[in-house]
This record gives sequence, structure tokens and C-alpha cells, in this order.
Amino acid sequence: MNPDILKAIFGRLSIESLPLHEPILVGTFAVVATGGLALFAIVTYFRLWTYLWREWFTTVDHKRIGIMYMILGIVMLLRGFADALMMRLQQAIAFNGSEGFLPAHHYDQVFTAHGVIMIFFVAMPLVTGLMNYVVPLQIGARDVSFPFLNNFSFWMTVGGGALVMLSLFIGEFARTGWLAYPPLSNLGYSPDVGVDYYIWGLQVAGVGTTLSGINLICTIVKLRAPGMTMMKMPVFTWTSLCTNVLIVASFPVLTVVLALLSLDRYVGTNFFTNDFGGNPMMYVNLIWIWGHPEVYILILPAFGIFSEVTSTFSGKRLFGYTSMVYATVVITILSYLVWLHHFFTMGSGASVNSFFGITTMIISIPTGAKMFNWLFTMYRGRIRFELPMMWTIAFMLTFVIGGMTGVLLAVPPADFVLHNSLFLVAHFHNVIIGGVLFGLFAGINYWFPKAFGFKLDPFWGKLSFWFWVSGFYLAFMPLYVLGLMGVTRRLRVFDDPSLQIWFILAGIGAFLVLLGIMSMLMQFAVSILKREQLRDLTGDPWNARTLEWATSSPPPDYNFAFTPVVHDTDAWWDMKRRGYQRPLTGFKPIHMPSNTGTGIILAGLATAMGFGLIWYIWWLAAVSFIALLTVAIGHTFNYHRDFHIPADQVVRAEDARTQMLAAGAKS
Amino acid sequence: MKLLALLPFAALLGGCDFVVLAPAGDIAVQQRDLVLISTVLMLLIVLPVMALTVFFAWRYRQSNTAATYEPDWDHSTQLELVIWSAPLLIIVCLGALTWMGTHLLDPYRTLGRIAADRPIEGKDAPLNVEVVALDWKWLFIYPDYGVASLNELAAPIDRPIRFRITASSVMNSFYIPALAGQIYAMPGMETKLHAVANKEGSFRGFSANYSGAGFSGMHFEFKSTSAADFDKWVANAKASTNMLGRSDYLQLEKPSSNDPVRLYGTVDRDLYKAILNMCVESGKMCMSEMTDIDAKGGLGREGLNNTLPLAYDKYARRGAPLGSEPVFVAGICAIDEIKDTPTREVNAPFDMTPLRGVGLKRPPFSPAHPSSTSLLLGQRPKSDS
Repeated sequence: MNPDILKAIFGRLSIESLPLHEPILVGTFAVVATGGLALFAIVTYFRLWTYLWREWFTTVDHKRIGIMYMILGIVMLLRGFADALMMRLQQAIAFNGSEGFLPAHHYDQVFTAHGVIMIFFVAMPLVTGLMNYVVPLQIGARDVSFPFLNNFSFWMTVGGGALVMLSLFIGEFARTGWLAYPPLSNLGYSPDVGVDYYIWGLQVAGVGTTLSGINLICTIVKLRAPGMTMMKMPVFTWTSLCTNVLIVASFPVLTVVLALLSLDRYVGTNFFTNDFGGNPMMYVNLIWIWGHPEVYILILPAFGIFSEVTSTFSGKRLFGYTSMVYATVVITILSYLVWLHHFFTMGSGASVNSFFGITTMIISIPTGAKMFNWLFTMYRGRIRFELPMMWTIAFMLTFVIGGMTGVLLAVPPADFVLHNSLFLVAHFHNVIIGGVLFGLFAGINYWFPKAFGFKLDPFWGKLSFWFWVSGFYLAFMPLYVLGLMGVTRRLRVFDDPSLQIWFILAGIGAFLVLLGIMSMLMQFAVSILKREQLRDLTGDPWNARTLEWATSSPPPDYNFAFTPVVHDTDAWWDMKRRGYQRPLTGFKPIHMPSNTGTGIILAGLATAMGFGLIWYIWWLAAVSFIALLTVAIGHTFNYHRDFHIPADQVVRAEDARTQMLAAGAKS
Repeated sequence: MKLLALLPFAALLGGCDFVVLAPAGDIAVQQRDLVLISTVLMLLIVLPVMALTVFFAWRYRQSNTAATYEPDWDHSTQLELVIWSAPLLIIVCLGALTWMGTHLLDPYRTLGRIAADRPIEGKDAPLNVEVVALDWKWLFIYPDYGVASLNELAAPIDRPIRFRITASSVMNSFYIPALAGQIYAMPGMETKLHAVANKEGSFRGFSANYSGAGFSGMHFEFKSTSAADFDKWVANAKASTNMLGRSDYLQLEKPSSNDPVRLYGTVDRDLYKAILNMCVESGKMCMSEMTDIDAKGGLGREGLNNTLPLAYDKYARRGAPLGSEPVFVAGICAIDEIKDTPTREVNAPFDMTPLRGVGLKRPPFSPAHPSSTSLLLGQRPKSDS
């Protein structure tokens, strides 16, 4: 066929774009395709498509969307971790003249994809998922402020993740490192589709993240139960509020900087080129003005989780609630004043470097205060070492090490010798795994019974805990050591044989973490099988303190039949103490939002547009863009947006709960 | 048991080359000191927190009914004061240390001393080295000697080295852990680094910022030699028949990695300036000229047409699928000399009095010999030249 016509139809896409010559990728594709087909067959066989579409894909229920976010995060964790294993293996064997098993073209994609996936498609969905699930329940709301927007946000995140995953089998991913610094990411030095996948994957997902941030801020500000003043909000809600403020204030910066980079790449502007007045340093500044708040976006909700868990499992009010809240707010504000510490070595003057170094250190003051607050919450408590509390203790011991190395890196002359080294890699894994991930695992174990009505199996949970913790230390302490030996990151081959032993140790650590992940999946499977033994009938399995435990597990669609009235910080604890009686009569119809498929359709179109732009398939991009606008405008004419749950249905649900509580009291 | 399990690790640690903790240059030594001092300062608070965590977790476990249980105790003003002020005090100390250390160890600052006990003297004229990060190798030009080397850097010990650093295409970071901390090497921009080596030896230098496919093969050897050996090295380079003119450079900058060491006996005098101003290709306007024209008011509308189609930006095709034809700014007339754009430099020695508190008398207990921890007890350099 005429190459011009082919080019018009397929853009840059051709049969050569498929990585058929890469055996690793072909093998992965075979596994993914087989798994995907099997899943498809199972869903079809059990005729689940209609159920999935009606009850899940189109749902506007914050609880179901929260659960879908968690599933997305865990699936992507497997992909991101597979990348990590490949890197560890490559670095452990590429010694003494060996090139390892990954050529540069593949290895450089692997470490880029690992970073991008772990931050944007593992940590972010898990954090957003927990906030989505828990925050409306904690503040006694029926749903988030904008339920349809919530569904749309979720599917945009999925769309971005899908584009990143697609790059595995069609074309390639960026070979630039996870922040894609120009000039390397400019068209001159990265002419392939990799960086375009990066840009559009993040742009599509970024829309979702920003909108979900707006949604949760609105929810927290406007939908709190009567009596819940700002200073009576649970700490997790507080940290979620701060996180979402950070999201709304920082993600637009990412959107803009990626838009400028795409203008450079698509229409030949010169924002970040070497010549014609472009300045790559501007990109580095802008991306970190987003990037530094981003790490606080991840860690703040984790801090919130630890606060809830420590207080619940110590059977004690949180020590220093007020200073906890102020510490969170101070961290939120300061996180905007530290971005330059990511590039002290770029030649800023000593005064600029000192300023940003010292502001960075100041963040450790409220963080340290938080640490002490948790400590003194444990003090004179009655600590139950259930899984969430175990993760919390592991966090407290691990995070202080990461915090210490972080402050060390904030001293500019120290950063000059440790910047970009494996010491740095060890540091940020130390705080992200030891802080964010441990927090998420604490949260998952803590709120799982709320979401599904049964607890998670403690045996596999503890196995997973010990594998994760020991694996983490074994994987990353050697990297601290290597950093002090002057080994830089992102290297593919080594010529100093004395380093190999450390990489082997780190590799063994990564293998232990793999066992930890597998135990966690086992934990989910075993718990589902043993759900009758692990059943929670009370809705409050941990004797907890906040409002989400006031309703049944899992909560009914409408969360609370009557909106609770709040008198104290630990609202549910206060209700229990004052002998709260659940109302059994007088139920009214409940006004609820209707499900809609518009979110998934819009996100699908946005993803198609991204795909068209990545491959220069201009007609596809144009068609999907027009369709996107049409569907969005069309949706504004949809007047079937809400319905009422009839009173007798509420009565049935509440009667079932009454019986369950009675059964729970008997057993 | 646990201690026994740690033994092999201790053995491992002993056999390793912790170059960051045991460097061979005075700047790196001071940076190492700062790493250690900061770590000790932070351990002051980190260790008690870790100990308290374990202790509280153990003491207040559920099964220990002997421990006090106060479920409603959630506030203590004194305790709150302590938990906010303890980290604050540490950060105040660390902040002061950071401010001083950052200024004293600013890579743009000329050296005030050769080693802890040896201030700079007049005869210690710095060795100038112009560093270019290429894809994926390092070019070192010695303007004082008219020689250059690829992937090998030699310098005499105890003589200050003044690096001017740039790059040809993408960002890199110039780092010799044994000598001094790193600084980025960026195209069209110049960074500086001042350092001095105090021990003879052969050390590793590399790029510490990922720069593309050949990144792993982008390292060089830093030879720290005696003055006599350095002269021999220069003579050896001078004897080389390799030439480094502009056309040779354009060949050299094409991507390659793990390149063998090469010495150049003859080097184009203006090559570094041309690289920095991105006008090695003949006919391309230098940035310095461009800024010069702009400073004089620019060329007006006609200036917009002052462009030529560009086939290559270095070795890579420029332009965009939806953009205009790639262009570059053409030189208006042949220029004899590329202007050397002055960049910021901080000069040492400078008066340290303000650091110690203006007008204050020096404490009587100051040591008889200049301290090795110069950061804390900065001695005023002897020469105020």
C-alpha cells in the first residue's frame, strides 16, 4: 500500500513497533495475554459482565470506587515490583565484564517505568483509594460531594495506567528516568514514542488526580456531620484535607510543565531546548515544584492512618491532637518551600542552597513532633499488637532512619557527595516504603473488615509483615553502604568486583519482599475462603474511635441511615461511652446519586486520544477529542442523576443489621 | 546469635572502599566531616526516639496489666513544649552548620587552603581545567598547557584545581568522589568547581546524572600525581600527534561509550568557549554574540529572518511533527574571538569574622594549632592577598 496512506492511518505505528525481538517482553506478553484471556473467559462464563458494568464500572458509590482504586494499586504494584526485581537482578550479575541480561535500551525503560508506576499508579491510587473509602464515612457523609466526578477521576487514572502498560507491548516507554529531564527528553535526544507515552499517561491520570483532589476538599469542607467542627475532625480526615489541598495546588504545575514539554516535542517550541532561548533548568525547577509536594501528598495520609491506628490499638485518645493538626498544616505549607533541594548540585549560589536546605530541615520539626505524639499516645496505653499496630511500630522504627538520612541530604555540601547516589535511592525508598507503604498496609489491614465485613487472616498477614520488613532492610541497607562507596544510581554494568556482594544482598532483600507481596496476596485469598470464621458482625471489630465504625461492615449504600451528631473528636468512642442507642424506627427514603457510564466512556476516549497523539495518528486524536467534548456536553443533558432509596428498603437493611448485632452479641 | 550473624557483614564493611568517608581531597574531607557531624547531631534525637518506641511498645503491651492505663490522658503542655523544642534545637544547630558549610564549601568559591593545616600561598596558582561532558565520555582541556585528554584527568597534588564545566548535549554531573562533591554539567551553561587533591593515587570519576544509553560507560580515571609526574604527563600529552580542532571535536562528540584514554598534543585555543556558546559548527552564531546583539538593542524585525535551516542539533535531528522547519541562528559575520562570558565566582579567603560574631573576642580556649574541623572553628587564613 502507499506509504503515505499507511502513515495517515497508522501514524508512526508499524509492525516494527511491536517488540517481537525482545524475548523477555514476548514472554511477558504471553503470560499477560493468557491471564487476561482466562479472566475474560471466567467473567464471561459466570455472566458477570452486566454485574460488573452495573454495579462496579458505572458506580458512583465512593466505597466501591475506593475499592477499585485499591485493586488498581495492587495490580500495578505487581508490575512495578517486577521492574524492581529485574533491576536488582541486572545489577547483581552485571560484573566482571558481564553485560547482565538487560541491554541499555530495555534497562533504561525498566527503571523509568518502575519509578513512574510506583509513584503514579501504585502509591497514588492506594492513597486516593483509602481516602475515598474512609473520609466520607469518617465525617458521617452519604458520599463525596461530586459522585460522578469521582467515578470519572478513577477511570482517568486507569486510562493513564493503561497507556503506561500499553507501552510494554506496543512501542516502548521513556528511557529518561522517572522525571524525564530535558534536554534528554526532548525530541532531539528521545525521538521515539517513549516520552510521549510518559507525557500522555501522566496527563490523562493527572486530570483524574486533580479532580479527585477538588472533590475530596469539597467533601471535607462541606459534608461533615453536624457538630464536627474542623478541630473535631479525625486526624486521617485532616491529613486527607491537607493532601488534597496539596494535590490541587501542585498537580496543575505538573500538567503545565508536561504541556510545555509536549509543545517542545510536537510543535517545535523552545521552552526547554538548549538553544533558542530555551532553558532545561526551568523544567527541573517546575517539575520539582510539583514533585516535592507530591511526596507529602503520599506521606500525609499515611501519617493520618498511623494516628488512627495508634490511638485505636493503644485504647487511648490521640496525644496532642491540636499539635498534630498544626504539624500537618505546617508540613503542607513548608512542602512548597523546599523543591530546590533536589538539585543543589545545579550551581545555585550558596545562599539559595542554604535557604532551601534549612527550610527542608525545618520540616523535620513538625514531623518529629508527630513522631513524639504517637509515642506519647502509646505511653500509658494498652497496646494490642494486631497487624495495623505492627505496621505502625515498624514504621516508627524505619521512618526515623529515612528521616535522618533525608535531613542529611538537605545539608548542601553533604548532598554534593551523596546526590544521585545509591544513598539517595536508599533514602527515598526508606521513607516511601517505610512510611507510605507501611502506612497503606496498616490502613488496608485496619479498614478491610469495614469494607468487606470480615477481618484479614492474621497468620499470612504476619508472614507478609516479617518478609516485607526484613526484605526492606536487606534490600536497602546495602544501598546506603554502596552510596557511601560513591556508587551512583541508574548504572547498568559495573567494573569494580568488590561492589557485587552488596548488590547480591540487595537482590536477596528484593526476593524477600517478593515473598512478602505473595504472602499478602495469599492473605487476601485465605481470608476470603475463611471469611465466615473472620466475620465481623459488630461493625466495630477493633473497638475503634471514629465514625466509620458506627455503621455496619460493610456499610449500606447510604452509609448512615441517620446522619450522626458529633460532640467530640473521637465521635464513635464518645457515642459508645455515652451509651448511644441505634435508632430502630422512623426511617425515611434516602436521596442518592445514580450510576452512570459517562465516566468510563470519557476516560476511554481520553485514553484513545492519548494513544493517537503518542503515535501521531492525528485522525484518531481528533475524532476522540470531538467525541470527548460531545459526550461531556451530552452528559449535562442527562437529568436522571439521582433516585431515592425507598424507606422500606432502608428498614430491611437496618433490620438485617439489628439481627447481625444481636447475633454478634450472643456469640 | 544476632551478633554472630552480623560478623560477616562487619568483615564485608572492613574490606570496602568507602571513598565518600575516606576521600583524598581537602574539599571532600570537609564535606565528609559535615556528613559525620550532621549524622551525630541527628542521632542525638533519633536514638532516644527509637529506644522509646521499643520501650513503650513493650511496657504498655496489653498483657502487662501492671502498667498504668490512662485512656483519657491526651495533653501535657510541658511535654508538648519539649517535643517541639527538642527537634527545633537540633535544627537550629544543624541550620547554622548548614549555612556556614554551604558558603565555605560553595563549589564556585576559590580555595582558602590546601589542607587543614596549610593555607593557600602565592605560589599555589590554580591549575585550570575545562571539562566537557560528551555523550558518553569526558573531555578535559588544559588551557594553560595547550593539551587535552579524553577519559583521563591528571592533576598534581596540593595544587588548587579550577574546573570550568559544560556539556555538549544533555545534562550530566561531574563527580570524583575522592576529590570533591559533584556539580552538574549542562549544555550551553557553565558550572564551576574548585578542589585540591592531597594524596597521590588513581581515583574514579564518572557522571552522576543519567544521560542516556551509554551512561554506564561514562567514567574516567583521575590521576593525582606529584608535580614532577604531572609535568611528565603534560609532556607526554604534548608529544601526542592527536589534534583537537573544531572538526575533530564534531567527530568526537558523536555518541560512544567506554572510550579508551586519548591524549591530544594540539588543541584549538577557542574550542571550549565555542562549545560553551554552542557554535562549534562553522557559521552558527555564538550565544555570546547573540546576547551581545540583544544587549545593544537587537536587530529588530529583520533579526527574525536571521536563521538558517539546521540539519543537525549536534547529531540528532531537530524539529517536530507539527512544527516549523528546524532552524538555527546564523552568524552575521565572521568573528575573531568568542567572548568569554564571565560567570559568578566567589573569592577566598574572605574575612571570617562575621561567622564568629562581629567584634567578639576570640575565645581564649582556641587551640594552639588550627583545628582540623575547620567548619566549626574556622581559622582565619594567614594570607589576605
